[in-house]
Amino acid sequence: MTSFWSIWISVLSLIVIAGCLILLRLCSKNTTGVEEGKSMGHSFDGIEELNNPLPKWWSYMFYITIVFGLIYLALYPGLGNYKGLLGWSSSNQGVVSIAESKAATESATKDGRWVQYDQEVKHANDKFGPIFAAYAATPLEELVKNEEALKVGGRLFLQNCAQCHGSDARGSKGFPNLTDSDWLYGGDLATIKTSIMNGRHGMMPPKGGLPIADSEIPALTEYIVSLSGREHDAAKAAQGQASFMKGCFACHGMDAKGNKFMGAPNLADNIWLYGGSRGIIEETIIHGRGGVMPAWKNVLGEEKVHVIAAYVYSLSNK
Amino acid sequence: MKFNHEIVEKNIGLLGIFTVIAISFGSLVEITPLIFQKDTTEPVEGLKPYTALQIEGRDIYVREGCYNCHSQMIRPLRAETERYGHYSVAGESVWDHPFQWGSKRTGPDLARVGGRYSDKWHEVHLIDPRAVVPQSNMPGFPWLAENKLDGKLTGDKMTILRNLHKGGYKGHDLYTDEEVAGAQKAVEGKTELQALIAYLQSLGLALK
Repeated sequence: MTSFWSIWISVLSLIVIAGCLILLRLCSKNTTGVEEGKSMGHSFDGIEELNNPLPKWWSYMFYITIVFGLIYLALYPGLGNYKGLLGWSSSNQGVVSIAESKAATESATKDGRWVQYDQEVKHANDKFGPIFAAYAATPLEELVKNEEALKVGGRLFLQNCAQCHGSDARGSKGFPNLTDSDWLYGGDLATIKTSIMNGRHGMMPPKGGLPIADSEIPALTEYIVSLSGREHDAAKAAQGQASFMKGCFACHGMDAKGNKFMGAPNLADNIWLYGGSRGIIEETIIHGRGGVMPAWKNVLGEEKVHVIAAYVYSLSNK
Repeated sequence: MKFNHEIVEKNIGLLGIFTVIAISFGSLVEITPLIFQKDTTEPVEGLKPYTALQIEGRDIYVREGCYNCHSQMIRPLRAETERYGHYSVAGESVWDHPFQWGSKRTGPDLARVGGRYSDKWHEVHLIDPRAVVPQSNMPGFPWLAENKLDGKLTGDKMTILRNLHKGGYKGHDLYTDEEVAGAQKAVEGKTELQALIAYLQSLGLALK
């Protein structure tokens, strides 16, 4: 704040407080020329106004308020750039980047200024920091055996993951079920952690980006239905296999069992992310799919992701 | 002159003037300096002006009254920053007219919802919230998927924002002439749902 505005705020604030005091003093004096308790000389419907002084309790409260205000302004930052005797502030307002925010926290710690928010975070870190640090130092293979860590992971999951994957982690249409053993990108501990840290981008283009004619799609759908061993029209499916061989195998594999490096789903296990009806399979082929799992590295930090990864793994590996 | 209440009590015009003076002290101290503060007029480092589609999305956000249940103001309390991310600062809303801080949270704060969920999730969730969050009491907004934007006013909206913040974006105007001219084309035919999602996905990215 420039010194002009700082002075502006300070002077006006003090004028208002002084004004209140002056007004209170003036009104406490009897300046009417009428004796206390006597009539002011006018009445309305037989009700007379008497010259009564301001109630004592009320005036004292007003004085106390003024004194309180002055003490408050001396202790806390209220008058422009004045920081207050306590050096207290609620947060580092006015920062323009995360880096600046961190620097402001550090400089406040160095100067011994009391930033309420920073103190709150420090207090929590002192309490929970060692717990998370211990979890982070534990290899995931060990962490999945730690009941307490899994409970913490479960809370973090409900807070951050349940919106898409559901509070029971069974997902919904388009959002993977995490409790089964079917994984798009792999269900080992390290891969689960990578998926959470960096997110995932599904990348099936419309018709797989292949020269598949619209007329081929019903047969191709029949072939895909046949893969998971469901009732199908064998002749039509055979016809569809030819379309599949135009390139679908590049991602989904010759045996259509998917490819975890690309997140291409297994088409032969009768587990469907978007639905396995003929209509929905057709829709998937025609429009493609691009499911997105956001990256959580910057939101939650690695320590928390580590614990969540252990929890997610535990869901399908009891 | 002797101080006498009677002058003020019997002169309603004078009483009015004194009342206005007394009240205006509050605004002079609390509001006037803010208009000239760097903190409240300069954007944070990473802030980007809304794109044409995001501007339209923002207007739909306002039209549907999202602010009645969702705040966009993360307070500097650890319980909030743990859930939502860094607390909100003034420099994040310098281009918002009016700002969407809100004052009530029936639903969660949205100040940093950008990038937190996929576009697809927002699509499903806005049409029928209970399809993904069974406990949700948010109403569905299925018509957003049907209504198409014509973009007739988008360019004007961008021009107004540009005029309000001359040279406000890293020394440049918020939008170039080409961007304003191309605004209608950029949003025409898009659904309101797409616009709203584009807006939501842009929220809070500057300080993340």
